[in-house]
Amino acid sequence: MIKHQKPEAFYDTFERKGPGQKTTHYCPGCGHGTVHKLIGEALSDFDIADKAVFLAPVGCGVFIYYYFNSASIQCAHGRAPATGTAIKRVHDDSIVISYQGDGDLGGIGASEIVHAANRGENLTVIFINNAIYGMTGGQMAPTTLLGQKTKTTPFGRDKDIDGMPLRISELLNTMEAPVFIERTTLGTPKGVMNTRKAIRKAIQNQKDKKGFSFVEILAPCPINWKMTPVDARKWLRENLEKFYEVKNFRDKDGEKQSGKYPWMENAELLELLDIVKEKDKQTTRKTIKNGEEKVKIAGFGGQGIMSVGVLLSNCAIKKGMESTWLPSYGPEMRGGTANASVVIAEEQIGTPVVDYPDTLITMTIPALNTFEKNVNPGGLIIVNSSLINRKVQRDDVNVYYVPATELANKVGLTATAAVIMLGIYAQIKGIIDTDILKLILPQSLSKAKYVEINLKAIDAAEEYYKNNPL
Amino acid sequence: MKRLMKGNDAIVHGALLGGATHFFGYPITPASEVAHAAAYYFTKSGRHFLQAESEVSAINMLFGAGAAGARVMTASSSPGIALMSEGISYIAGSQVPCVIVNVQRAGPGLGNIWPEQGDYNMVVKGGGNGCYKCIVLAPNSAQEMADCSYKAFGLADKYRVPVFILSDAYIGQMMEAVSFPTRVKEAKRNDWAIYADGKSRKSWVKSILMNQNQQQEYNILLQNIYKEIEDNEQDSENYHTEDAEIVLSAFGICSRICLTVVRELRKEGIKIGLFRPKTLFPFPNRELNKAVDNAKKMIVVELNNGQMSADIQLGIKNRIPVINCNWYGGYVPTVNEVIEKIKKDI
Ligand SMILES: Cc1ncc(C[n+]2csc(CCOP(=O)(O)OP(=O)(O)O)c2C)c(N)n1
Ligand code: SF4
Repeated sequence: MIKHQKPEAFYDTFERKGPGQKTTHYCPGCGHGTVHKLIGEALSDFDIADKAVFLAPVGCGVFIYYYFNSASIQCAHGRAPATGTAIKRVHDDSIVISYQGDGDLGGIGASEIVHAANRGENLTVIFINNAIYGMTGGQMAPTTLLGQKTKTTPFGRDKDIDGMPLRISELLNTMEAPVFIERTTLGTPKGVMNTRKAIRKAIQNQKDKKGFSFVEILAPCPINWKMTPVDARKWLRENLEKFYEVKNFRDKDGEKQSGKYPWMENAELLELLDIVKEKDKQTTRKTIKNGEEKVKIAGFGGQGIMSVGVLLSNCAIKKGMESTWLPSYGPEMRGGTANASVVIAEEQIGTPVVDYPDTLITMTIPALNTFEKNVNPGGLIIVNSSLINRKVQRDDVNVYYVPATELANKVGLTATAAVIMLGIYAQIKGIIDTDILKLILPQSLSKAKYVEINLKAIDAAEEYYKNNPL
Repeated sequence: MKRLMKGNDAIVHGALLGGATHFFGYPITPASEVAHAAAYYFTKSGRHFLQAESEVSAINMLFGAGAAGARVMTASSSPGIALMSEGISYIAGSQVPCVIVNVQRAGPGLGNIWPEQGDYNMVVKGGGNGCYKCIVLAPNSAQEMADCSYKAFGLADKYRVPVFILSDAYIGQMMEAVSFPTRVKEAKRNDWAIYADGKSRKSWVKSILMNQNQQQEYNILLQNIYKEIEDNEQDSENYHTEDAEIVLSAFGICSRICLTVVRELRKEGIKIGLFRPKTLFPFPNRELNKAVDNAKKMIVVELNNGQMSADIQLGIKNRIPVINCNWYGGYVPTVNEVIEKIKKDI
């Protein structure tokens, strides 16, 4: 039986509505008031009003927080299931009740409800289907029946223009995750009793952490249907209940887990983030000609251009210098040419973009063609002569040819050619050296099995440069 | 200890150290890397990461988690932020703290994934409906990406406002040496937030006030908070402005380019300096005015149609001429191109 004394979950007077207010803002014969009572009663009986969080929709239910003595958030139109999803992830034990109308849930918020249901969020959703937009004065809702006249369907809803009325419970019932879906009606006293049961079940499920529970309630909106409360209930029985089958679609067991990994305390978190409490050792800074060295490393994607750039930057930082690394960016990242800009400097670096390199390390002809003209006079071009069969045309720069790919093949891995180029660069310029390269390389390779062969590649670069100094 | 890191990774590390516990996002280049790092680190550390079905949903998740007292963030890029505007307005209007990263790309519309600064107005002036503001931090290095996310949550909590980190494709993609604080911050219990317990039963997070007078009073309250933020939180950096006759101004990637420009032109004996806002709201008007004390001209270098320049002009109240120097569409000028353009004006 519905108790007639006010449950504890309700305020005695609705001060938030106005001083001393005792009546709700709903119109006579409106369905919202009935449903509020059923929810309030359930919260009181289960003694969970403390933990309850109401998600107020945009619609006539927006003032739900006038009445319930529980926490509440007034959500954006249709977005309550998203907002509720997050609350549950913060307070797993909360009882979140998303209270939504048919415009809010079935129209503007169709995406949010579908995805919350599909994730099986442990929420209770109360969906008031009154086949109309109440709050805005009686426009068509997604659930408005065919032929039904509203302010925006003055000639009746037309299938070809407006589409068919949307059966939301059936739609959600196509998904695997929800544990409870039921459509009930306020058209009859028995319907109200069943609504009460369904609401209690949907709340109990959340308390038991079972998962997504959904109650669609066919409700009258006498004002916008332009009927008396009595006629409205009759119309509801004879029309809404005909199109929207009143039944339980699903009532299953479930268990909603709340996160895969346990909470890490601060010490563990620092470890995960690899944050070491030690101060940097004071390393002697190199002096660099002009205070700055700008390097462009260019070739094809897959030649290790990017990672060799990162390696160079890492070595410079280890040596106590400043460094930036910037990848070539955009469509050419996916196959085709690739280039990395690396700046090494004694002090704070300005632009990380290398337009005019002091050193160009080129692995392919297109790369040489693109960047040769940009190298600063007096700069250096290192050419992978295994893959580039032409000479550099400039006579105002230093050029070093190294058959890096051949050397790499001899070492046993073609992909080490870029590391060999970097080894040569280290020896010519001396800003970083091959010792630091060997030190940093193992840390910057993601696959340990390649460490040894890359170290061998640096040896090969040393050997080659010893025999062929610039 | 310093280590080489992308700005987009640094931001996630900084956030976790800053006490962030929840991340909700939706993929978009060039911000996706933030979500990638967050998916790993937030999940692994027992915090929460969720890929939402859209930016609309993601921002409304920030609303929920922020209202529930959590330190929550998202990261997106320009069109995604545009889509979030309604939610940001609700969050600001409900005085809920949260952190939003915008790694800007070029627009309008789908545009392209190269860096632009075309979202200055959308982010700094509002973007959504109503008279609200967000604090906007403008990092220009990987280190500052970390610093910003480390402190953003505290700022958001202090003033109960959304805090933006306005970055761009280059600042996000670039790798630099970064060092991190070794203390993890934590959120305190807020008396207004929802904890789903008896004590917070009266908490009522909302932006609706049906009565005109109440809504007016509430708006005035918000404006007072913004005023307080303007008084307390202006931040900027000067480079060679003391004797500068020409002062450049730029934020984000442009400020890095301008740093080199200043160095180059100083070599030629030109008295030039750089004023860099580190907060865009509040705009650092106090320092701006000091920076132009000896200047004859101000040149504002931006990857947009002069959006920050409008604030500079307001800020210095026509004391000296302000010249716009703009590029669009993801095109990032070379140092020489900037110098060439500037030289026409000096
Ligand atoms: C973004 C946005 N669009 C439109 C509105 C206007 N609006 C307020 S309530 C509403 C419809 C509510 O209808 P419904 O969800 O069926 O709830 P009811 O009022 O019938 O209970 C609309 C369109 C709004 N507040 N926000
Ligand atoms: S307009 Fe309709 S839904 Fe809204 S309060 Fe009145 S009867 Fe209820």
